[in-house]
Amino acid sequence: MLRRLNRLLGGDERRVDSRTIYVGRQPGSTNEAFIPPKFCDNRIVSSKYTVWNFLPKNLFEQFRRIANFYFLIIFLVQVIVDTPTSPVTSGLPLFFVITVTAIKQGYEDWLRHKADYEVNKYRVTVLEDGRRISKESEKIKVGDVVEVVEDETFPCDLILLQSSRDDGTCFVTTASLDGESNHKTHYTVPDIEKDLEMLCATIECEQPQPDLYKFVGRMQIYRNNQESVVRSLGPENLLLKGATLKNTKKICGVAVYTGMETKMALNYQGKSQKRSAVEKSINAFLLVYLCILLSKALVCTTLKYVWQSKPGQDEPWYNEKTPREKETNLYLKMFTDFLSFMVLFNFIIPVSMYVTVEMQKFLGSLFITWDKDFFDPEIKEGALVNTSDLNEELGQVEYVFTDKTGTLTQNNMEFIECCIDGFQYTYRDTASELDGFCVTDGPVSKLPQKASTEREELFLRALCLCHTVQVKEPTEQDQGQGGGLLDQVDGLGVDGEVLQPPQEEKGFIASSPDEIALVKGAVRYGFTFLGLENKVMKILNRNKDVEMYELLHVLNFDPVRRRMSVIVRSRSGDTLLFCKGADASIFPRVRQEEVERIRMHVDRNAKEGYRTLCVAYKYLSAEEYAQADAGLREARLALQDREEKLMAVYNQVETGMSLIGATAVEDRLQEEAAETMESLQGAGIKIWVLTGDKMETAKSTCYACRLFQRNTELLELTVRTLEDGRMRREARLHELLIEYHKKAVQDVPPGVTRSWCSDSQDYGFIIDGASLSMVLNCSHESNSSLYKNLFLQICQNCTAVLCCRMAPLQKAQIVKMVKNSKGSPITLSIGDGANDVSMILEAHVGIGIKGKEGRQAVRNSDYAIPKLKHLKKLLLAHGHLYYVRIAHLVQYFFYKNLCFILPQFLYQFFCGYSQQPLYDAAYLTMYNICFTSMPILAYSLLEQHICIDVLLENATLYRAIAKNAMLRWGPFIKWTLQGVFHGLVFFFGVRYLFSNPALQNNGQVFGNWSYGTIVFTVLVFTVTLKLALDTRHWTWLNHFVIWGSLAFYVVFSFFWGGIIWPFLSQQRLCSVFAKMLSSLSVWLVIILLILLSLLPEILLVVFRNPFAPRPRQAAAAVTPLSYKHLKEHE
Amino acid sequence: MMASSYNAKDEDGNITVSGPGGGALRSKKPENTAFKQQRLPAWQPILTAGTVLPAFFGIGLFFIPIGIGLYVTSNNIKELEIDYTGSDMSSPCFNCSQSFSWNSTKPCTCTIPFHLDQPYDSNVFMYYGLSNFYQNHRRYVKSRDDSQLNGDSGSLMKPSKECEPYAYFEKKPIAPCGAIANSMFNDTLELFYNNPNGTKVKIPLTSTGIAWWTDKHVKFRNPGGSNPNFTAVFQGTAKPVNWRRPVYELDSDPENNGFINEDFIVWMRTAALPTFRKLYRIIQKKDDLLPTLPRGSYTLEVVYNYPVRSFEGRKRMILSTISWMGGKNPFLGIAYITVGSVCFFLGVILLIIHHKYGNRSNSADISS
Repeated sequence: MLRRLNRLLGGDERRVDSRTIYVGRQPGSTNEAFIPPKFCDNRIVSSKYTVWNFLPKNLFEQFRRIANFYFLIIFLVQVIVDTPTSPVTSGLPLFFVITVTAIKQGYEDWLRHKADYEVNKYRVTVLEDGRRISKESEKIKVGDVVEVVEDETFPCDLILLQSSRDDGTCFVTTASLDGESNHKTHYTVPDIEKDLEMLCATIECEQPQPDLYKFVGRMQIYRNNQESVVRSLGPENLLLKGATLKNTKKICGVAVYTGMETKMALNYQGKSQKRSAVEKSINAFLLVYLCILLSKALVCTTLKYVWQSKPGQDEPWYNEKTPREKETNLYLKMFTDFLSFMVLFNFIIPVSMYVTVEMQKFLGSLFITWDKDFFDPEIKEGALVNTSDLNEELGQVEYVFTDKTGTLTQNNMEFIECCIDGFQYTYRDTASELDGFCVTDGPVSKLPQKASTEREELFLRALCLCHTVQVKEPTEQDQGQGGGLLDQVDGLGVDGEVLQPPQEEKGFIASSPDEIALVKGAVRYGFTFLGLENKVMKILNRNKDVEMYELLHVLNFDPVRRRMSVIVRSRSGDTLLFCKGADASIFPRVRQEEVERIRMHVDRNAKEGYRTLCVAYKYLSAEEYAQADAGLREARLALQDREEKLMAVYNQVETGMSLIGATAVEDRLQEEAAETMESLQGAGIKIWVLTGDKMETAKSTCYACRLFQRNTELLELTVRTLEDGRMRREARLHELLIEYHKKAVQDVPPGVTRSWCSDSQDYGFIIDGASLSMVLNCSHESNSSLYKNLFLQICQNCTAVLCCRMAPLQKAQIVKMVKNSKGSPITLSIGDGANDVSMILEAHVGIGIKGKEGRQAVRNSDYAIPKLKHLKKLLLAHGHLYYVRIAHLVQYFFYKNLCFILPQFLYQFFCGYSQQPLYDAAYLTMYNICFTSMPILAYSLLEQHICIDVLLENATLYRAIAKNAMLRWGPFIKWTLQGVFHGLVFFFGVRYLFSNPALQNNGQVFGNWSYGTIVFTVLVFTVTLKLALDTRHWTWLNHFVIWGSLAFYVVFSFFWGGIIWPFLSQQRLCSVFAKMLSSLSVWLVIILLILLSLLPEILLVVFRNPFAPRPRQAAAAVTPLSYKHLKEHE
Repeated sequence: MMASSYNAKDEDGNITVSGPGGGALRSKKPENTAFKQQRLPAWQPILTAGTVLPAFFGIGLFFIPIGIGLYVTSNNIKELEIDYTGSDMSSPCFNCSQSFSWNSTKPCTCTIPFHLDQPYDSNVFMYYGLSNFYQNHRRYVKSRDDSQLNGDSGSLMKPSKECEPYAYFEKKPIAPCGAIANSMFNDTLELFYNNPNGTKVKIPLTSTGIAWWTDKHVKFRNPGGSNPNFTAVFQGTAKPVNWRRPVYELDSDPENNGFINEDFIVWMRTAALPTFRKLYRIIQKKDDLLPTLPRGSYTLEVVYNYPVRSFEGRKRMILSTISWMGGKNPFLGIAYITVGSVCFFLGVILLIIHHKYGNRSNSADISS
C-alpha cells in the first residue's frame, strides 16, 4: 500500500526528476567520499503471507467477509450463551469453510513464494572488477554490469553497453511485455570501449516510469586522459526486464532500474480478487436478511418481556427457573435472550448458501472447459477457466474492451497488391500460402497496362530499402558466413521454431509485421532484400545482381508523422531518400499532380480494410544531404526536447518528394470476428477497441469488423485533430470535446440514450493515447473532471469506440474509468498479448486469447479461449445461463430459508417467546445441507431456460438479463413475499389443524414435535416442488435429484424416528414421523398446504405467459410437455 | 494489501494457474458427451393456460367433494366440553380452586352435572384440556431426561442437568425428573350416568390405549427390566416434588405402572400449543345395540388437585367421538372446500382469458 501511495503521490514532487548511476570505477578515486544513492534491490515480492503471519493474516482476511464474520459471531454466541441449538450446528460448517479456504490460499501463496524464489535466486553473471561473478538475481544492484546470453530474459532494466554482434546491436523479443513477438533491434551506446572493465561512466536518467516506450537519459563516459564524452540514451538503448535476448550470443548491460522499479513491474497490477456483481447483490440481500433477523429477534425479545410482565407467565409453578437463571441480571438476561433469538433464527442466512454458490461456480466452470465448441483444433486446446468466481458476470457484460492485433486480427500480414504510378499490380498465388512465398519469378501482373520498368524497379527498390527489417541469421550456422544469407532468404533458414509466424521461417525480423509483408511483397516481384551489413544494404534485383546501398540515416517511424524514411547512397553516388507512410501524411509532401492517380487506389484499398501505405522518394543533392545530416546528428544528441527537435528535422527533410506508388497489406481478421462483434453489439454490448496500433490500421480493422458502419460518423480526438496549428492543444481539446459532446449526447432525443434503440446517426469515437492522457491528466484541476465526464458521455453514446496508440497502462486506465463511471457497468477485456494484461486484470472479467503471443494474457486472465469467435458463445450462452442460474440460486436460497424460519418465528408467539425451536435439531441442521440443497445445485448447473442454440441465434435475449435484472430489488421482493406467504401458510395451516390435536382415528393426540414435523414436511415438499415448477429443463439428473431428495427426506425421517439414538439426550422425534403419516388428516393437510402454497406461483407463471410471451416461447419451438431430444451436433 | 502490485507468476511460465480444469484438460479435446456439452435430453415443460386449465378444474372437482366429506364428517362428530376450572363463584369447583394447597392431604372433590342431548354411539374419548398452559415453553420442553425414562439405571440415579431445578430433591435424584414430569396432570375425572330411575351408574373408563404404542413400548421403559419389584428398583430416588405418590404407585397394574404408565406417557408428550387437550380415558363401546353414552344426564366427579388459577389457566373435560379424520375440526373441510372452489373459479377465469387470448393470438399469427 505504501509503495503504491508513494508512486501516486511522489514521482513528481517528492523525488528528484532523475537518477544518477555510476558505472564501473568511480571517476577519480581521489574524489571526496562518495555516497552511493540508494535504490531498491532486484528482489521481486509477490507473495502475501509468510509462515509467521499466515494464520492471523489469513484468518483476518477471511473474517473480513461479512458472511464469515456473521457466522463467527453466531458461533461464539452459541458457545457462550445458553441457546436453543448446539454450537456444533453452526460451528462445524464454518470451520469447514474457513479451513478449506485457508488451505487453498496457503497453497496459492506457496506457489507465489516458489515463483518469487525462482526469480530471485536465478543465477546471473555480473561483471565486477573485471571478473565474471555469478550472482543471484535479487542481488543485482543499480549500476552493476550484467551479462546476458541468448534466450535468457533480462533480470532488470539494462542499458545495453556491449553486444556480441559486430554492429553493436542486439535483438530482443518483448512478447512477455507488450505482446509483440517480433524481434526488436536495440543499440549499444556508441563509443564504449570494448573493455568494459575500463569503463567508467555515469548515467543520468529519469526516475522509473511505467511507459515501456519512453526512456530519456544520457551517459557520460570518462576516459583516462580525455574529456568526458556525453552520449544520449533512448529507449533503443534500454533492455527491459522480462524481454528475451534473441539472435545475439551475449550482451552486457548496466542495470538502471531494478526489482519493483523496473518498467515491467511498474506495468503490472496485482491480480486482485475480482468479485462479481452477483456477490455484491448477495451481500445486499444479506444485509436485508440480517435486518429481518435482527428485527425478528428484537420483536421477540420485546414481546417476551411484555408477556412476562403479566403475573404468573414468567415462572408458573410448573415451570420454575433454575437458581442461576433467577439470579441473572435482568438486562443481561434480555441481552442473552436477544442473542438466543438470533441464534434460533440465524438459519435464515445459511452458511450452506456460500458453500453451494462456491460449488456451483466451481462445477459450473467445468462446463466451460468441457465445451467442445471452444476446442480449437489448431492449438489443440479448449477453453481454460482460471477463476470460477465470475461465471455469471459473463452474462452481465456491458462493455467489451478488445485488443486489436491478435484478437480481432490474426496479426498475420499479407501483401495483397500494390499500385505503381496508378497501375494496379495484384499478386495472387495459386499455390498454397506457404509455397507462394518462395515464388520468385518475375512480376505477376494481371493488368495489361504496366508502369514503366524504371518506375517499377524504383518502387520495388523503395520497398526493399525503406524499412528496418533484419534478415534473421540462423543460430545453428556460423555467423561469419555471409554467403549463407542467400539461402536463408530463399526459405532454407529453417530453425525449428514452429510456433513462430511464417515470416520467421523466411528469415525476416522486424518491429512491424507490415514491413515484413512489404519486403516479402518485393520478393515476389523479384527484388530480394539480402540484409544489412556494416551499414550497407544489399538487394538482389531481378537480374540476380546484388545492388549495394549505403544506409546513411533511418528516420524512424512515429505515430505523429506516421511515416518513416531512409536515406541511402547508391553505388553510383546518388543520395536517395525513400519514404513510406500513411497516405494522409505523404500526400501533402509530394508533388500534387501525382497524387490523384494513386489516391483512387489507396481509397479503394482502405475501404476494403487493407492497411495502405504510400511510397515516395526524392534525390538529395550533396548540400541537402549535408544539411540534413548535420541536423539529424545535432537533434539526436539533444537532451532536452530531443523528440521535438528530431521531428522538426524529419519534417524538414521529408518534403518535396515524388510519389511512386502505394501498397495494400491485409491483416486478416480472426475467424468470424465480424459476426462475433455484430452479435455482441446485438446483445447490447458496447465494444471498445483498445490497441497500441496506429489509428489508420485500427480504423480499417474496425470497419472490417463492422464495428464502424459505412454511415457511422467518426468523431476523432487524436493528435492530428488536436494539432490544428491555430490553437494550443488544450484549448483545441476543450473545443473538440464540447463539440462532440453536443453532437453525440445532446442531439440525441431525450430518453433515447442507447444508440441501438434509435435509428438516428451512429457515432464512432476515435481517440489516441496522447490525447487520452491529455483528457485524463489535464493540467487544470477543474477541467480534468469535466473533460473526463465529457469524454465518458461521448463514448457511452457511441456505438463503438476506438482507442489507438495505447500503452498497456492506459488501456487499464480506460477500463478503470468506464468501470467506475455512473451505473458501474460490467466490463470485459479481451486480449492475447502481455500488453493486454493490465486491462485484463483491471476489467471485471478478463479474457485471454490463447494466441501466438505467449501465455501472459492467458495466465492473467479469468477465462482463456482459443479464438475470438468463442467469445460469442461464452457470453451469450454460458454467461446468460450462468447468470440466470446463479440469480435463481441466490433468490431461491433466501426464499427457502425465509419460509423455513418464518414458522419458527411465528411459533414464538405460541410458546411464550421461549426460543423453543419448532423443528427438531436434526431438521434444522439438515434442511439446508441435505434436504433442499441438491435440487437447487442441480438446477443451477443444468438449467437451460432457453436452449443454447436459441441463445446464440438471438443475441437480443442477452439484454433481457442486462443490468443484473434478476437480482434487483423487484425480483428480490417478489421472492421474499413468496417466502413470507409460504411461511404463513405452513404455520397457520398446521396451527388450525392443531386446534384439535386429536388427529388419529384412535383418539390419540399429537405433540409439539409432530407439529414441527408436519410443518417441516410441508416445507420441504413445497420448496422442492417450487423449484420443480421453475425448472424448465428436466434432465434425468434433475428428476433424480428432486425426487431423490424428497425420498431421502422421507426415508431419513423414518429412520431418524425409528431408533432410540443413544447419543441423543432427547428422543424427540421417536416415531413421530411414522405416527404422523398414519393420520389421514395430516396427509390431507400436507397436500392442501403444498397446493395452496404453489397456487400463486402457478398462476403467476400462467398469467405471465399468455400476456407477455417471453422470447423463449416465440423463439424456442418447444412442444410443451413432451420430451425433446436435442440432436447431438457433431 | 495492493502494494505487491506485481505478480511473480508472470515471470515464470512453469506455474500453472490453479483453477478448475487447469493442466489436466489441456491439449485434450473435450469429450463429446451429452452431459459435458450440456445437451442431455431434457423434458421442457411449459406451463401455459392450456396445460394448467385441466389441472385447475381437476383440483377443484377433486377438492370440493373431499372438503364436503371432511366437513360433514367433522360435523357428525359429537363433542362435549365442560370447563371445570372453577373460577366463577357459580361453578361447583369454585371452592376447590380457591382452597388449593400442594400439601393438603384431603382431596377436594367437586361434581359437575351435565346433559347429553344426543347419544354417543361409537367409542367415546375423554380428554382433559388445559388452556394457557405452556407445555411448549423451551425451559419446560427440555426439562426431561429421556434416557432415564427409557429405563437407563445410570440416568435414574444421575438425572440429566436439563432437569434442573427438578433433578434432585434433598440430594436424592428425582425419578422421573424434570419440570414436565413434576407438573403431571393429577386431577381424577369420573363419569356417572344418572339413570332416569335415580341411580348413579359409574361409567367404566379404560385407561390404556391412550398413549402412542411406540412410546409405551419403545421410548418409555421401566428401569430394572422386567423386575416387578418397583420399590427396589426405584430405591434411592425421590418422587417428583409435586407428586403425591411415587412413580411406581401410579397404577396397580404392573403393565401400566412406573414410567410406562400411560397417563404419564401422554403427559410427557408435550403439547404444541398453550391450549391443548390430552387423551384421558376411553369409554369402550360394549354393546352393538346400545349407544356408548345414551342420551341423558350425567355427573362429572372431579378430584381437584391441579391448580391453574395462578397462571390464569382453564381446565376442561371433553367427551368426543372420533372419526377416521380424528377429532372434531371443521378447519380441514372448510379449507378444502375453499381451495377447491378457488381453483375451480380460477379455472373458469383462465378459460375465459385463454379463450379470448387464443383468439387474439390466432389473429396475430394470421396478420404476421
